[in-house]
Amino acid sequence: MLELLQYDFFQNALISTILIGISCGLVGTYIVAKRMVFISGGITHTSFGGLGLAYYLGFSPMLGAGIFSVLSALAILFLSDNKKLREDSLIGIFWSAGMAIGILFIYLTPGYVPNLMSYLFGNILTVTRSQIIISAFLCLFIIVFFLRFYRPLFYIAFDKAYSKTHQIPVNVIDIAITITIALCIVLCLKLAGIILVISYLTIPQAIAGLFYKNFSQQLIASTIISTIGSVSGLFFSALLNIPSGASIVICFILLFILCWLLKRLVRKN
Amino acid sequence: MSTIIELKNISAGYDNQTVLHHVNMSIKENEFIGVIGPNGGGKTTLLKVILGLLKPSSGEIIYPDSKQNLFGYLPQNNPFDRNFPISVTEVVLSGLMSSKGLYRSYTLSDRHKAWELLDKYGMGDYKKSSIGDLSGGQMQRVFLCRAIISSPRILILDEPTTYVDSNFEKELYNILQELNKTLSIVMVSHDLGSICSYVKTIACVNRELHYHHSNIITPEQLDDYHCPIELIAHGKISHRVLQNHPPRINEKP
Repeated sequence: MLELLQYDFFQNALISTILIGISCGLVGTYIVAKRMVFISGGITHTSFGGLGLAYYLGFSPMLGAGIFSVLSALAILFLSDNKKLREDSLIGIFWSAGMAIGILFIYLTPGYVPNLMSYLFGNILTVTRSQIIISAFLCLFIIVFFLRFYRPLFYIAFDKAYSKTHQIPVNVIDIAITITIALCIVLCLKLAGIILVISYLTIPQAIAGLFYKNFSQQLIASTIISTIGSVSGLFFSALLNIPSGASIVICFILLFILCWLLKRLVRKN
Repeated sequence: MSTIIELKNISAGYDNQTVLHHVNMSIKENEFIGVIGPNGGGKTTLLKVILGLLKPSSGEIIYPDSKQNLFGYLPQNNPFDRNFPISVTEVVLSGLMSSKGLYRSYTLSDRHKAWELLDKYGMGDYKKSSIGDLSGGQMQRVFLCRAIISSPRILILDEPTTYVDSNFEKELYNILQELNKTLSIVMVSHDLGSICSYVKTIACVNRELHYHHSNIITPEQLDDYHCPIELIAHGKISHRVLQNHPPRINEKP
């Protein structure tokens, strides 16, 4: 198992997994507390449109995914805020439109057709050094953002209408966290794949929620669980030669079942 | 009594539809204003303008002193998520948002202040509870603590008794009378019976605003409601008939 660490590709994957584990642990706790899981699913799938378009036009697919992800997140935030459109319908539209655009452009791209499967389900072999550097910056940004603006973030998530009466820039914070969520999602695309990103943003938080009822405790617990789960998933993926996304999700789910049983057992005694 | 906030000739509304017309109002120190009026008459709109949540389409708002720590606000049935992972103490602390701003951190003495308030209003045993585990009356107590932790100059309440039992209602009015010694209160209420026994001034909002510097309700005020209202009370009820409102502009007397 340890000889895996000698390989460059695995080192890259490991570092990036840890960075993603930390980022998603933090961002995911906010998403779950604010019941934004469905929105996050929508943003993830919309980003596939950008990915396909970038392939077709010949620039970085991750950049394309990033642009689509941020724009769709902001669009959902603003369009649903003025109450003229139902938020869930809006998400459904973005979700399917993104996937359709992505598939269309990948199909239209002449010559080399990228491996669709690796984007849908994740592939550790595709993580590069430059992506790790970007991930590290984003991870650092997320940690600083959460430490610095913990209270306003937390209070706005709890009661936005009330926060508005307090002369703090509620909309600025809302936009900042929305962009952060969108970027964090793109960060996970390579490793978890579009279909499985949502697990990073929900399962560790669900496990943390089993034991902790307080937001700050949930933040710390989810971060640890998410890092442990994804690192062990990565090892299984390499050892058993299975797609990393699927392996990580299975690890999360096993961890969830284990913790749930543990909690029941503790309660009985 | 010095004025804390003054609305001058304010008109306000939503999407080109004006709800409030030419409202003049001033809130002075230690005032207790009960705001009544029919549904859709603009009570909530008036509160939003006072709180600065809605920009008036015309008129001006004057703050003779500073704008700092002006309001404590107890909203009408908050549509918050009962499963949100927040403790009672943290809810109370969120009342300090405007004085803390984005950057200043919360200190131990902030916590002690929150706990003192919770103790005072009978919520001392629930400091660490999740907000969602409380009953309606308990939650209102916590939200009241949140509204007053910043020692505001004006406490604004929007239908504070809608979802609570009658015991808490009575208690709340006693608390408010006590608080009124140190701050001004503006309270929107449907509950005409109780509003008039506690407030000092009644403001009728029905697209326009009429002031009655007394706490007695008249048949005319009730007519403004356009819906049947029962007043039930035990014991003596004092009553006084006020003068009619002046006729509206463009309306023949």
